[in-house]
Amino acid sequence: MFGRLTIDALPLYSAIAAGGALITVFGTLAVMAVITWLKAWGYLWREWFTSVDHKRIGIMYVTLALIMLLRGFIDAIMMRTQQAIALNSDGYLPPSHFDQIFSSHGTIMIFFMAMPFLTGLINIIVPQQIGARDVAFPYLNSMSLWMTAAGAALVMVSLVIGKFSTAGWTAYPPYSGAEYSPGVGVDYWIWAVLIAGVGSTLTGINFIVTILKKRAPGMFMMRMPLFTWTAFCTALLMALAFPAITVVGVLLELDRVFGMHFFTNGHGGNLMMFANLLWIWGHPEVYILILPAFGIYSSVVTTFSSKRLFGYTSLVWATAAIAILSFSVWLHHFFTMGSSASVNSAFGIATMIIAVPTGVKVFDWLFTMFRGRIRFHVSMMYLIAFIVTFVIGGVTGVLLALPPADYVMHNSTFLVAHFHNMLIPGALFGYFAAVNLWFPKAFGFKLDDRWGRRSFWCWVIGFYLAFMPLYVLGFMGMPRRMEHYDTAAWQPYLVVAFIGAVFILFGLIFLVVQIAVSVKNHAALRDWTGDPWHGRTLEWLTSSPPAPYNFAVLPKVESLDAFHAMKEEGTAYQRPERYEDIRMPKNSAFGMIVGGLAFVFGFAAVWYIWWLVAACAAAIAITVIIRASGDDTEYVMTAAEVEAIENRRFADMAKAPPPDLRHVPVGVPGAPVPGAVS
Amino acid sequence: MQDAAPSETRDLRSYLTGFVLALVLTAIPFGLVYFDLLSVGPAIAIIAVAAVIQVVVHLRFFLHIDFKRTPRDDLLALAFAGFLIFIMVGGSLWIMIDLYYRMMI
Amino acid sequence: MTDAAATSSSGAATGLSPEQKEEKAFGFWVYLMTDAVIFALLFATFIVLSRGTAGGPTGKDLFSLPHTFGETMLLLVSSTTFGFATLATIGGDRRAVIGWLVLTALLGLGFVAMEIQEFSGMIALDAGPDRSGFLSAFFTLVGTHGVHVSVGIISILVMIGQLVIKGLTPPVSSRLLRLALFWHFLDIVWIGIFSIVYLPGVL
Repeated sequence: MFGRLTIDALPLYSAIAAGGALITVFGTLAVMAVITWLKAWGYLWREWFTSVDHKRIGIMYVTLALIMLLRGFIDAIMMRTQQAIALNSDGYLPPSHFDQIFSSHGTIMIFFMAMPFLTGLINIIVPQQIGARDVAFPYLNSMSLWMTAAGAALVMVSLVIGKFSTAGWTAYPPYSGAEYSPGVGVDYWIWAVLIAGVGSTLTGINFIVTILKKRAPGMFMMRMPLFTWTAFCTALLMALAFPAITVVGVLLELDRVFGMHFFTNGHGGNLMMFANLLWIWGHPEVYILILPAFGIYSSVVTTFSSKRLFGYTSLVWATAAIAILSFSVWLHHFFTMGSSASVNSAFGIATMIIAVPTGVKVFDWLFTMFRGRIRFHVSMMYLIAFIVTFVIGGVTGVLLALPPADYVMHNSTFLVAHFHNMLIPGALFGYFAAVNLWFPKAFGFKLDDRWGRRSFWCWVIGFYLAFMPLYVLGFMGMPRRMEHYDTAAWQPYLVVAFIGAVFILFGLIFLVVQIAVSVKNHAALRDWTGDPWHGRTLEWLTSSPPAPYNFAVLPKVESLDAFHAMKEEGTAYQRPERYEDIRMPKNSAFGMIVGGLAFVFGFAAVWYIWWLVAACAAAIAITVIIRASGDDTEYVMTAAEVEAIENRRFADMAKAPPPDLRHVPVGVPGAPVPGAVS
Repeated sequence: MQDAAPSETRDLRSYLTGFVLALVLTAIPFGLVYFDLLSVGPAIAIIAVAAVIQVVVHLRFFLHIDFKRTPRDDLLALAFAGFLIFIMVGGSLWIMIDLYYRMMI
Repeated sequence: MTDAAATSSSGAATGLSPEQKEEKAFGFWVYLMTDAVIFALLFATFIVLSRGTAGGPTGKDLFSLPHTFGETMLLLVSSTTFGFATLATIGGDRRAVIGWLVLTALLGLGFVAMEIQEFSGMIALDAGPDRSGFLSAFFTLVGTHGVHVSVGIISILVMIGQLVIKGLTPPVSSRLLRLALFWHFLDIVWIGIFSIVYLPGVL
């Protein structure tokens, strides 16, 4: 009836595990209690959970990401603490627990923090940047969100019922096979990743079609903002790389549950094929994480240098080159698995080549700043920190790209430092910059500047303290994932790294404070016009927050930096003689139902509750069939309703304080006057 | 994929031609293996060539992929996916065969 | 972008604009590309594991070419009958569409039945997917294709239901054209299967 689920699944074997479970359970209950007290369930259901609006879906994605950032960070600071004290001692974390923590840290940060973060940002902004009203497939979009949430929920449930994987975030067999990991941990990993992976694949398909087919008239590909270009390439990678992890996850699960021999040691299995298939996904994955950040940096550098992007065409080609090349380098993740020199060198050379287009981008951004009128907005500070720090990480990557060097550095803390150097200053700072840039667009008020700066400095100082010592430790021979060690020379560096983690803890606290303070002061921070930073691209044309339909009249695009051009011509805020009816997709519980069923399906599969697995599979099939047979998916927003919304919008613009003329972009004659009808 | 009114590419002839060609391109490899007509090397070559041609036949006569009429985005999607599949599968085989010789697995 | 569509007095909107049709068709095509990647990687896995017979039965011991040829014919004919269903869809002939779809589904069911028969026969001979890496890869590759065909058959039945209940409306016909893509795609994958798995397996 309950498969292999018994009362022993509760984490009563250790105080720390029990503590983690209690925090998870009480945290969830506390949130639900607050919502109940505010009587907000109906509101949340109607306005958010069943919404198919890309802006709402995007906000929910980012919210999930921020929650999982806190969860994944707790793993990190637990590990840093353990490593700082565990010289010739057991520390406070037993090995099996430590192993679960490094496995969940990586899994959460990649799949449930970074992926939802970038997907959310792309969701909120890209349809607006291309002058569209929504994505091509709003129902699929909702389903993708809830599939991702289902995967995250599975990882969170593993804190309370059962254990998580101890096989690392990449789950290599034979350790991750049934013989050496007979428990539920690896199964939790597999199902969380498979379910979230379906969500990402569908998001990729959605945005490929959206960007190719739903651009406003005149928005040729070479007039799209860079963020949309990077989103497009990211979508291509998502759609075409995620099938690889779907395959490898399914095959591993077949080995574990049905005793098959894909990756077993013997019986004709080939465990090296796992590494091969995993990294065919894994390398494009890291480019999925970084390309949106590159697009964000392009948006930030132009907006806050008050200048158009230098070398737009080269940036587009560099992005495309990175996307294509990202499929050709995957073996560099397993140089040491035993390939011959010709294979290793070929992939090593390809890895060095892929660094070149990124270098082109860095120069393009620097030249954009040159002779611009720079505003040191928090986003701009993240950009500058990124350029300096990411380059350091990039060159360590080129070092690792040399197979002979990698033989020494593989799986050392040098590698750990390298990839965190890419992910934190590269991807995460980009997402933080995006939050500071686009928060007013999403919510209608800006984020508090002071707390943003405090958070920024803690993150930057914290990053350097936490990860630069790891480069040194790598050279000193320290392997990754060590639960305890006996080399005294390592400890000082690990203590410094721990201090860095504490700085980052404050960075996170200040981030939360920033949001709280901004909400409290939202009236003073209000964005009345929709264009708080003198932006250049179309998302700044909409109101903040935008109307459900984004644009009452779809913009006609005549050049790059379409909004900037419209402001220069004085056509940005023209109102039509007459508004038209607008067809909008109806809200639907479809996405949430499929996501909820997927969560139960995954949980049941982990615990071998086969009747429940079958029931959920059937229920998902029926739900999909019902949705696929339904024709009543849209409603009409009448012209009168549209006009009322637009009237309110223009009335708000008239209430805006006079614009700060110091920051009017170069080349615009006079200040834009919000609310004027030309 | 346009759902235009029946045109040259979409009439009965297209499907029937495709069927007959596919039948022949199936019978040849099956026949030469079943009746043991060739040694392994040349047999594999003929199987491969027949398969590739039959895939093209399916694309042309059943899926109506046509350089002139199919939308460009569809052709590019197919070409890009095909290119990536070539790299992924080709690369995997190169890597795994190389590992087989080096690591005897 | 016109918003021209039929609207009812309650404010609901029905009907499919040409842009939406194109987006759905293209989106489905992109999905098929991702499915192609899945199959391609399963093929690669099969090839890598094809020597991993672990002293157990090989393809030569297990495969029956006449059986495989039968399956191939069922699938090829079903692709052709779906083609006729497509022509009837474009021509607006609802009864012909239903007829050809029924025939396609029956041929598909025949294919799946033959495949189940083959699989259970192999399992009875202790040549199941847990016997060796080669067999794991065989069952998974061919089985995944079989699962896709089964999903296709269920979808055909759903579409027959829609045709009976709603008639050959524009949304229904747009769905049929996408299902046709799916069915033809599966026949293409099968070409790969008999060319890479069965024929070389017997050689």
